[in-house]
Amino acid sequence: MNSKLQNLIVPLALLFAAVALPLLVPTYYVQLASKMLLMGMLAMALNLVVGFGGLVSLCHAAFFGLAGYVLALTSPESQAASIWLSLPITMAVCGLAAAIIGALSLRTKGIYFIMVTLAFGEMLFYLFHDTKIGGGSDGMYIYFKPDVLLGSTQLIDLDKPRTFYFVALGCVLLTVWLLRTLVNAPFGHALAAARDNERRSVSLGFPVFMVRLVAFVISGVLAGVAGYFSAAQFGFVAPQLLGWHLSATVLVMVVLGGMRSVTGPLIGAMVIIGLEEVLKSSTEHWKLIYGLIVIFIVFALPGGVQQLSSLIFGRKVDAPTPGTEVWKGARSMQPEAANV
Amino acid sequence: MSEIAAKGIALRAEGLEKRFGGLKAVSNVSLDVHAGEIHAVIGPNGAGKSTLINLLSGDLPVTSGTITLGGKVITTMGASRRGLAGVGRSYQKTTIFQTSTVFENVRLSAQARSGHALWMFGNVRNDATVNQRADNALAQTGLTARAQTRANLLSHGEQRQLEIAMVLATDPQLILLDEPLAGMGQSEAKRMIDLIKGLKVRRAVLLVEHDMDAVFALADRLTVMADGQVIASGAPDYVRAHPTVRSAYLGHDHGEAA
Repeated sequence: MNSKLQNLIVPLALLFAAVALPLLVPTYYVQLASKMLLMGMLAMALNLVVGFGGLVSLCHAAFFGLAGYVLALTSPESQAASIWLSLPITMAVCGLAAAIIGALSLRTKGIYFIMVTLAFGEMLFYLFHDTKIGGGSDGMYIYFKPDVLLGSTQLIDLDKPRTFYFVALGCVLLTVWLLRTLVNAPFGHALAAARDNERRSVSLGFPVFMVRLVAFVISGVLAGVAGYFSAAQFGFVAPQLLGWHLSATVLVMVVLGGMRSVTGPLIGAMVIIGLEEVLKSSTEHWKLIYGLIVIFIVFALPGGVQQLSSLIFGRKVDAPTPGTEVWKGARSMQPEAANV
Repeated sequence: MSEIAAKGIALRAEGLEKRFGGLKAVSNVSLDVHAGEIHAVIGPNGAGKSTLINLLSGDLPVTSGTITLGGKVITTMGASRRGLAGVGRSYQKTTIFQTSTVFENVRLSAQARSGHALWMFGNVRNDATVNQRADNALAQTGLTARAQTRANLLSHGEQRQLEIAMVLATDPQLILLDEPLAGMGQSEAKRMIDLIKGLKVRRAVLLVEHDMDAVFALADRLTVMADGQVIASGAPDYVRAHPTVRSAYLGHDHGEAA
């Protein structure tokens, strides 16, 4: 009972802080916080396949950027797109793209999977970079944020930064809930089992390919939703949003935040974006210091920033899912002889 | 088809062949595994025993031949569909979920059998049927007390027991055991032999093993392989006395002595 209460205190305090934040800080920081939340959502989405599925994907920025382009292309010239139409279309397009890319790339394993996803991501990048579909390398503007209308009444005004922030927060909370549910469900355990021991999972009768494909599609759709709102926030999409550079940055967020938990990558995203923000304004050579700090964090906290909370509070924040305690590489290094 | 089931044949393999490029690892192998029996496959190293198990489990596709499980042809099924159809296997080299608990290992096996791989809602801990099947498998293999231990902290013998428990949790009709006694000490081996003896109740067991004492203690039927082919098959006493077996497997000097 008592420990249950303790388990709730930290998340509730964080939630309270998240709700209170926009009322306390200037608009600029509210927008920065929204950006962090949406990147965090992208990182959490990626972690479903990377951390829980053991599949390192380098094409998740493509789903993120593709979503932005879908919003830009479904927005009428001189008025706002309706969220009820453009968001489902975006999710469908991203889901379809993830299903196709996943079905083809999941036939490969390990380093080849990374290379194939990278190749697909770059294909989408060049699709928008080298053709006139989305304004070529110049990108496209989204002049109006999507309308959230019920009949003719506006339910939510996304133009207001504080309102937008709460929408982003809602998306993040839904993502956390969904991913927590998935990893604790039979599906999540089957996904982790396939990561920990593919051969045994197959022989036990798990449809490993299908489980991974479904995880890849869910992850792609969530990345798309994050991309949709990001594009709406900035009012602009460019091919760079689909590029491998962003994919790799999100991967760093995942690794830095902690792959063993649902919320770790969210923290990773906040650390990375926060670092960039602080360093950019204080020094010209910020990338050098940024790199050193990232290296330091990886050395000091091999389990991710998420580990800090267990160091401080002396417990784990997320219930560990089966086999997630040790990352694959570390596991295979355990001496077999020690078991005899 | 029903003729096969009526005779109590759980698994029938006919004319199995497996080629790796020019090498014939398994050639024209036919055998029946009966329900309620342990069928041991023996033979010198490189005889094709492990390849045969991999062909039967679906880990390797056959080059030619037919495999029938309980009257149903399963030749073209992959390993995962055969697992669901009732083929359970253990591995020569321990193949478990090392960083999960013993219970989670067995629970995953039970879950796989229930076909719940894509259930996205509801916590796994609340699936009573799956948990029950996992508990039963642990009880049968004597691992109940170790349920909450992480699998990589078990002794080698216990890990081998866990291999069997995972197979049992999938509730198979046919169990394929690939050298279950490998690397075991004498007392561990004895416990494992008792465990395997109990597996054949209501099931068919195909056993590949090098320990001849164990094989003759366990087997109801024996098939001897050499160079990818079956050289003799039948009751243990018949096989033991078979001249070809004695020269091929036990060495020619034994053959002369017979």
